[in-house]
Amino acid sequence: MKQETPVVWPSAGVSEVPYRIYSDPSIFEQEMMRIFEGESWSYVGLAAEIPEAGDYLVTMIGRRSVVITRGPDGAVHGFANRCAHRGVKLCRQHRGNARFFVCPYHQWSYDARGNLRGVPFIKGVKGKGGMPEDFDRASHDLPKLAVTERNGVIFASFAEPPPFESYLGETNLRYFDRVFDGRQLSLLGYSRQLIPGNWKLMFENIKDPYHASLLHVFLVTFGLFRADQESQVQMDDTGGHALLISRRGEQKKSDATSDIANLREDFVLSDKRLLDPVKEFPDDATVVMQTIWPNLIVQQQSNTLALRQIRPRSPGAFELAWTFFGYADDDEAMTTRRLRQANLMSSAGLVSADDSEVIKLAQDGVDQYPDHVGVVQMGGRGTENENHMVTETAVRAFYTHYRRVMGL
Amino acid sequence: MSLDPLEQRRLEELYAIYGELLDDGPLEDWPSLFTEECTYLVVPRDNFEQDLPLAIIRCESRGMLVDRVRSVQETIMFEPRYLRHQITNIRGTKRDDGGIDVIANYLVVEVLPEDLPKILSVGRYLDVVVEEAGELLFEEKWVIYDSVLVPNTIVYPL
Ligand SMILES: [Fe+2]
Repeated sequence: MKQETPVVWPSAGVSEVPYRIYSDPSIFEQEMMRIFEGESWSYVGLAAEIPEAGDYLVTMIGRRSVVITRGPDGAVHGFANRCAHRGVKLCRQHRGNARFFVCPYHQWSYDARGNLRGVPFIKGVKGKGGMPEDFDRASHDLPKLAVTERNGVIFASFAEPPPFESYLGETNLRYFDRVFDGRQLSLLGYSRQLIPGNWKLMFENIKDPYHASLLHVFLVTFGLFRADQESQVQMDDTGGHALLISRRGEQKKSDATSDIANLREDFVLSDKRLLDPVKEFPDDATVVMQTIWPNLIVQQQSNTLALRQIRPRSPGAFELAWTFFGYADDDEAMTTRRLRQANLMSSAGLVSADDSEVIKLAQDGVDQYPDHVGVVQMGGRGTENENHMVTETAVRAFYTHYRRVMGL
Repeated sequence: MSLDPLEQRRLEELYAIYGELLDDGPLEDWPSLFTEECTYLVVPRDNFEQDLPLAIIRCESRGMLVDRVRSVQETIMFEPRYLRHQITNIRGTKRDDGGIDVIANYLVVEVLPEDLPKILSVGRYLDVVVEEAGELLFEEKWVIYDSVLVPNTIVYPL
């Protein structure tokens, strides 16, 4: 049997990516520790999902289940979803309202902060049993998360990352605030899918505007995303976060479409209500896809607004958990528009289906050739911001940050 | 009011054709089983139970069904696959206006070229069936799937 050797990054740098990082179990373990359990802010939910005191939701940071609660004082807390006693999963429901979190096994109970409040038979029964004299209840609280909230979006961490604002950087923060501008959000619903691919392939996909103008025949056919449109790719200083910003065009043939094998110029919608986008943000951008290290995609495609949370499961699989939202002050027509446009983006999306399918095919390929390397050289080998879409610069920037965090 | 045996048979025939068109085609005939102003929604069970309006497929007319079919056939990139619908426990109740409320279970098995068959989706149909020009058609079809976590992608309608 071949000896397992540690991953060595190609000397070319981030313009090449070793396929091994998509399938190696030891790399995956390192990622969970260094990235998801390290100094990063993971998206965990919306304030609108837990509006009342006692509300809670269960979500994931990396592979770990966590509980996010709203305490009696209205503050948001987070803790590990496992009992301090025998490690049993505490919450079995995705959402709910509870004053105490009681373990089903021996009924240890915790409050909204994750503090241990009750241990049955702590003093024993009829003078028999019970916890040792020196058992200190206060030292068996649940592992607590750092929690931060910005304009209704909640992030949490097992570590103590820098303040969210400086974590995101100036440009990324500005675009984050463009969608989350302080208005009350309204929850429209969820869509969840288990994608048989490595979690990084999802980030690569969203950070790569080159593919969008080729693979997504639906988008290109209807002029929603095209290589000749005015656009920008912008990263933060670390390279971990990125923005793809673009503007809608026409349904017509041009230079930018001549390389597309399957363009359907003659595709006219039978019911035009499917695509009836209206301008709703002050700038002219009609698509802004923001990727926030390590687990979030913020999507504005015309009037569909969604958060896509990445939940790695194993080297070869991740869950993509979508949360669709609008604003509490949307009128009925706007809500309907958002719901109709969601046909393009979900686990059955007319556009996003291309991505989940291609990620599966990518995993099929890289799994079988771990010693080979991939090429990431569209638009050069650098990691600068760009004002066009024919580039993989944000993928290279992502791997620059990844290598730093992973020590690779 | 429950259906008489003949009505029940006609209803089951509609569901048989429905499954057949999705599994074996021609897919472009599938929209003809719906009324012009139909509603077709595919909704994860948790959204349905919490009254959240998001559907992963939302068609608000036969035209939107036609657009979905055309996208599947011409614009979406996906691995070739075979689907097999199992539709059972079909129970209809006649309404005063002549329409039929229908509840049914469904199970869709998916076969990808290199994989063992797997369950793509399981759930129930909440439908309204009406008669137009002697034909039974879906006026409303809600596909509520219990299997909230979709195994990769839903390409074909359920
Ligand atoms: Fe894409």
